[in-house]
Amino acid sequence: MDSDIRVPIDGELDILTARQNARELAVALGFDAVRQTLIATAISELARNILKYAGHGEILLRSDARNGTRGVTVVATDEGPGIADLALAMTDGFSTGHGLGLGLPGTKRLMDDFDLVSTVGSGTVVTTTMWVRRA
Amino acid sequence: MPVPILAQAPYLIASVQSALTDADLIGLQNGLLDEAERRRCRGVVVDVTALDVMDSFSTRTLQSLAAMLRLRGVETVIAGIQPNVAMAMVQLGLTMPDVRTALDLDEGLAYLQARPHGSAGRGQ
Repeated sequence: MDSDIRVPIDGELDILTARQNARELAVALGFDAVRQTLIATAISELARNILKYAGHGEILLRSDARNGTRGVTVVATDEGPGIADLALAMTDGFSTGHGLGLGLPGTKRLMDDFDLVSTVGSGTVVTTTMWVRRA
Repeated sequence: MPVPILAQAPYLIASVQSALTDADLIGLQNGLLDEAERRRCRGVVVDVTALDVMDSFSTRTLQSLAAMLRLRGVETVIAGIQPNVAMAMVQLGLTMPDVRTALDLDEGLAYLQARPHGSAGRGQ
């Protein structure tokens, strides 16, 4: 889709850039202020995970549609070490990166759809979507 | 953008003006620790009204700051967390249980002023 926004994640300033881009897209798609904030917060965590575990990667933002509902899909990709135990990585409080261990399970709670694919030695792709709520 | 620290004896006020980089947050933490020591402060208010996101790193940094200052007998109040930000924080699992919070800067200062001198509590 030509509306894809790609934000390279190579340093901490890129976290802010990804967040700002996501918020602008969310505003354009008609998300309310609460859900704009949830998306921006989720992206902050995904971008942090990329930096912490892989060093660099990319956040892709895409406007999406399903059954007449618009949404924003976020694809966070890295070519880092991958996740050996997906179930453990999705457990609150588990972290190998000296964080709070809330990144992945927390992001899943913030968003509507969440999919995690990871291969040890070749990287991780998190695909997550939030849909505009109809009032 | 670095966060300005204002002295209003015996308190310090740090008013966050815009989104913070990690370096800004670490700078704020170090700046407040230094200034609190230098001015023998009794309390610190960090006004985060302008923040539109508080993620795990910013929350952890502010929690650490409050813990460090408390060990020096200085109480920290985080003021002005916006309602949307609070919702996102709780969903993410960030509840800052050991840090005193206040509705806004005025309420934060009022809390510090009402507190007996020399006791840095453990928050709520």
